[in-house]
Amino acid sequence: MENDKLVIGGKEFNSRFILGSGKYSMKLIEAAVKDAGAEIITLAVRRTNTKDEENILDYIPKNVTLLPNTSGARDAKEAVRIARLARELGCGDFVKIEIMRDSKYLLPDNYETIKATEILAKEGFVVLPYMYPDLNVARELVNVGAAAVMPLASPIGSNKGLATKEFIQILIDEIDLPIIVDAGIGAPSQACEAMEMGAAAIMANTALATAGNLPLMASAFKSAIEAGRNAYLAGLGRVLTRGASASDPLTGFLH
Amino acid sequence: MENNFLIDSDELTETALKRKHQLESDPSCRIDHMKYLPGMDVIESDVCKNVMAEMEAYDYTKYTAADVRRALAKDKCTIEDFKALLSPAAEPFLEQMAAKAKLETSKHFGNTVYLFTPLYIANYCENYCVYCGFNCYNKINRLKLSMEQIEHEMKVIADSGMEEILILTGESPAKSDVKYIGEACKIARKYFRMVGIEIYPVNVEDYKYLHECGVDYVTVFQETYDTKKYETLHLAGNKRVWPYRFDAQERALMGGMRGVAFSALLGLSDFRKDALASALHVYFLQRKYPYAEMSLSCPRLRPIINNETINPLDVGERQLCQILCAYRIFLPFVGITVSSRETAEFRNGIVKIAATKVSAGVSTGIGDHEEKYTGKESDDKSGDEQFEISDGRSLIKMYSDIADEGLQPVFNDYIYVS
Repeated sequence: MENDKLVIGGKEFNSRFILGSGKYSMKLIEAAVKDAGAEIITLAVRRTNTKDEENILDYIPKNVTLLPNTSGARDAKEAVRIARLARELGCGDFVKIEIMRDSKYLLPDNYETIKATEILAKEGFVVLPYMYPDLNVARELVNVGAAAVMPLASPIGSNKGLATKEFIQILIDEIDLPIIVDAGIGAPSQACEAMEMGAAAIMANTALATAGNLPLMASAFKSAIEAGRNAYLAGLGRVLTRGASASDPLTGFLH
Repeated sequence: MENNFLIDSDELTETALKRKHQLESDPSCRIDHMKYLPGMDVIESDVCKNVMAEMEAYDYTKYTAADVRRALAKDKCTIEDFKALLSPAAEPFLEQMAAKAKLETSKHFGNTVYLFTPLYIANYCENYCVYCGFNCYNKINRLKLSMEQIEHEMKVIADSGMEEILILTGESPAKSDVKYIGEACKIARKYFRMVGIEIYPVNVEDYKYLHECGVDYVTVFQETYDTKKYETLHLAGNKRVWPYRFDAQERALMGGMRGVAFSALLGLSDFRKDALASALHVYFLQRKYPYAEMSLSCPRLRPIINNETINPLDVGERQLCQILCAYRIFLPFVGITVSSRETAEFRNGIVKIAATKVSAGVSTGIGDHEEKYTGKESDDKSGDEQFEISDGRSLIKMYSDIADEGLQPVFNDYIYVS
C-alpha cells in the first residue's frame, strides 16, 4: 500500500493521522509525530504568540505541515481574519475553518463555515472546513472550493466516538473529496471503524492528550488507523444479513 | 447474428432511393457523428468522459461467481459490484439478485407502482435511424395532430383516469417545432398532473421554454453508447450527432426540469456495455445534480411496420431481468420504467422485483386513442405506429392486475411548481 497517499490540496501525505489542537504540550506533539506518525499538526492561531516566549510554533517540527485553525471565530468574517493572520505568521496556505457560535457544545456553524470557505478558497487557501455532517452542506463546501470535508464524529473533546456514523458514511459515499473525521474520536477502535468506513484520515487530540501513557496511545492510534485503512482497501468481507429467499421464486415468470 | 434493418420502399422517388442507398453503403457521405452541428448548445461537462472511460474499460468476461457473491453481500453497490452483477457470471444468481432488488425497491418505493401513458402527437421524422418505424425512408402514414385533435386525445385519455402523460413526437424540428410541442404541453397541463416529453434533444433555452409550458420530465434514449455502432445505425438527420444527444438530460436539468430519463435500446449493440453506460450516465449526472429525479427505461428492439423481423437478438427476458435487478441494486433510488414493448406476463413479474412505473392503455400510433379506448370509429385519419407493442392492457385492466399482485397502483405523486 505504498502508493496509498492522502492527497489534500495537491500535497501528498503518508500518514492518515492528524493531530488536533485542543490540548497542547511538547510531549503530545512529540508523541504525535514520533509514535503516531503525524505529518499534519493543527494549531490554533489564537494560541500563537508574537512575543518570544511560549510561541506554540516553536514546538512544531519543521517537516510537518501546519494546519492553522480559526478557533475562536464566531462567524465567517472573524474566521477569514484569523486565516489571513495565520498566513502572515508564516503558517502556509492550509487552514482549517472552525466557527462556533455556541460555547456550550462547541458545535460548528455550517452556514458561516460555507461562507468563510468560499472567501478563503478564492484567496488561494487550502481550506479544510470542520462541520456538522450534513450532505447538503458538504456539497456546498465542495462547490465553493473546499479541499477536504471534516465532519465531527461526536461533540468535540467528548471521546464518545462515531455518534454521527450513518451521516459520515453518506458523506464518504457521496462527496468526491477526502472526508476527515474530526472531533469526538476517543479510542483507537473508533478511529479504526471510521477508517474501515472509508474516511480519508482521522483528527484527534483529546484521546491522546488524556491517555495514561501518551506515546503508547499514539502508537495504538497509528496501528488502528492503518488497520482500518487496510481493511477498507481490502474490501470488507461478507456480512450475513436477514432477508431469506422467498418461497415462490421471484423469477418464475421467466421462460 | 445481426438484424437486417435495411428495407426499401417502392414509393420512394429515384433520387430518394439513391440517397438512401448511398447513406447505407458509403460512410464517407454521412456527416461526422461526433461533431456538434451549428446551433447546437455545447455545455461544459465531464459526465460523458467519465461514463465512456468506465464503459471502455469494462471487460465483463473477467468477473467470477465470487465477485457476484461479494456484490450481493454488500449493503452498498459500487461501480465494480455493478459491473459484476451485469456480467455473465451473475446469470446463475438471478433469483438472489431479484430478492435483493425487491428489498431495495421496497425500501425506496414501498409497494407502489406508477402508471402513465404515452401520447404520440406527430410521427414526421427527419432522421434515418435504420431500426425505427418513423425513419424518414420508411413508408408509413404520417400525421401531425392539430391542437384540437390533441385536446380531444387528451380528453379521452384523461377520462380513463390517467394523471401522467408522456408526449412524444418523431424527430422533425421542421414539422413539429418546439413551439408546437410547447402548445401541446400547455393543453396537457389542463388535463394531467404530470407532463413529460420524449422528443428530439433541444437546447437549454428550449427546455426552459418547455418547462414554462408545464413540462417537468424529459426522456431521451441514447439508443447505444457504442459510438461506432451508433454511427452505422443513425445515418442521417440531427440524431446522428451522438454527443449532443448524450448531453440532452443535462441541458434539460439546466433548463429547470425536475427529472430526466435515460436508456439504451437493448439489442442494438453489446447490451451489457450499454446497460453499464446507461446506469453510469444516471450515476454521474446524479452526483452533479443531486436534486434531480432520475429514471431508467429498458426498451428492447421490436418489429416495425415494413420490417417484422427486427428482434432484440441476445437480450432475452432473463437478460433483461438481470439488467433491471442490477440497475435496482446499483441505483436503488431511481425510477425504473418498463414499457408495453414487454409482455403482460413479464411486466407483472418485474413490478414485483424492480420496476416502479409501467405504461397502460398504450398506442404508439397517432390520433387513435378514442378508437382504441372506446371502440368508436373515427372519420379522421390516424398515423402509423413507431413499433409494435406487446402488452395492450387498458388502464383499468392494468390497475386491477397490479392491485391483484398486492401492489399499490399510483396515478400521481407529483406537484408542478415553477
